[in-house]
Amino acid sequence: MDGRVSNVDYVIQQEYRAPATPTPARNASAIAKPGLKPNLIVLSWIAPVVLIVVWEALAQAGWLSPQVLPAPSKVLRTAWKLTLSGSLLNDLGVSLLRAAAGFAIGGSIGFILGTLVGFSRIAEALIDRSVQMIRAIPFLALVPLVIVWFGVGEGQKIFLVSLGVAFPIYINTTLGIRQIDPKLIELGRVQGLSTLQLIRRIILPGALPSILTGVRYSLATAWLALVVAETVGAQSGLGFLAMDAREFLRTDVIVLTIVIYALIGVAADSIARLLERKLLAWHPNYGKGTRS
Amino acid sequence: MSPTSVTSSENAVTVSGLTRAYGPRVVIDRLDLRIGRGEFVALLGESGCGKTTLLRALAGLDPIQGGHIDAPGRPAVVFQEHRLLPWDTLWQNVSLGLPGADPRKRAAAALVEVGLGDRLDDWPRNLSGGQAQRVALARALVQEPRLLLLDEPFAALDALTRIRMHVLVKELVARHQPGVLLVTHDVDEAIALADRILVMRNGVIASQHRADTHGGPAASRDQLLRELGVATNLQVA
Repeated sequence: MDGRVSNVDYVIQQEYRAPATPTPARNASAIAKPGLKPNLIVLSWIAPVVLIVVWEALAQAGWLSPQVLPAPSKVLRTAWKLTLSGSLLNDLGVSLLRAAAGFAIGGSIGFILGTLVGFSRIAEALIDRSVQMIRAIPFLALVPLVIVWFGVGEGQKIFLVSLGVAFPIYINTTLGIRQIDPKLIELGRVQGLSTLQLIRRIILPGALPSILTGVRYSLATAWLALVVAETVGAQSGLGFLAMDAREFLRTDVIVLTIVIYALIGVAADSIARLLERKLLAWHPNYGKGTRS
Repeated sequence: MSPTSVTSSENAVTVSGLTRAYGPRVVIDRLDLRIGRGEFVALLGESGCGKTTLLRALAGLDPIQGGHIDAPGRPAVVFQEHRLLPWDTLWQNVSLGLPGADPRKRAAAALVEVGLGDRLDDWPRNLSGGQAQRVALARALVQEPRLLLLDEPFAALDALTRIRMHVLVKELVARHQPGVLLVTHDVDEAIALADRILVMRNGVIASQHRADTHGGPAASRDQLLRELGVATNLQVA
């Protein structure tokens, strides 16, 4: 029985954690990306742009009912109007705040538990089984129960986001710590590092690639949890905006919120990637260039 | 230096009656050893004879079951693998665990000594095997250890790089004057570097050879190989 956490089924983790030998998938993309010449990038944008143009044309020609799918231009106008009235920014802010709060709470819990379990076999015996059992529940299945506990207030939303975030961070933190080369820890002892220095200089940096993978995965989960939580019941936030619009058949507003959800998801992923590039400059799979 | 430790100030390490066992299997059996400051001792022996076990005990990495190790200060170790932290730059690696002021400056001086003074902010992944091992050497010497433990540090290097490392190590040891214990499989390496060669067998030091006062070799190659159980006079049938 080695130190691996059971039921590690996050595909993304297999793909992105920092292995001693890079996985073929990662390697392939690393090779393919620099090969994407500018004209290929232009090429890759043709299909999405054509799709939007066709969509706009169909809507303008009246082939697409505005009730079913409003024209992209109409969605843009709606975005502008809602921005001017302040309601869009307000709802967006509320949603981001919930996501951030849930991420901070769930991330901290996942990180602390993951660190404990990564370090100590006793902590693993005490904690890991329970965590894995809870993790077996699709966390969205808990929505009705969570509503009974918290009502449909802020607590319910932040709880759901925390729950979604905690597991990927927990698993990847544990895994990251377990994967550290014991020879480096031995070196730390030879160099006379204290336990605290050992953690700061060797264990955390060594576990960081894996932890950041967890962060990236959990950002996506956080967002998903928030969409569900806000759709079920809210008086503010993007989800509320969408549900409110549904009452009035404002398809343009609904499409707008969907687009915003997507954009924020992309933004969150970009931030996580940026973090990886900055913090893992030393790592052959992430950093570029030879010097810091 | 306290008056009672006059002799130990001359010594890099004094070992008496050292015993190390894995369960019932005794790997080091009441071993005595003294290494003086500035003395270069090579430890030869077949695989499994306990030489790495001895080094690890001296490094404080493994508990001992009996005897006494008296080593003033913390020994420094260079392992067979460089064991550089991939997430730290070279100067950060060299200054790992280094107490005192201005670690960067002192690490830089150590890197200059091993010929890598222009690579302070480079990453370990950009180094060749020999360069990485030189950084590991700098990391050990920057601590100004009384006792330097070398655990087959050149075994993974190509022949030419290994010879360059021999020259460098000899020069650095002469300058810093630590007592050195070099664990190696390589008889020629032991002859080239050591003031004293120990041959270890069955957990004890079976024989030792001192270099003469003119710096001549401690022992002949054939003699050492014979003691290690390698037949050198090839019998042609």
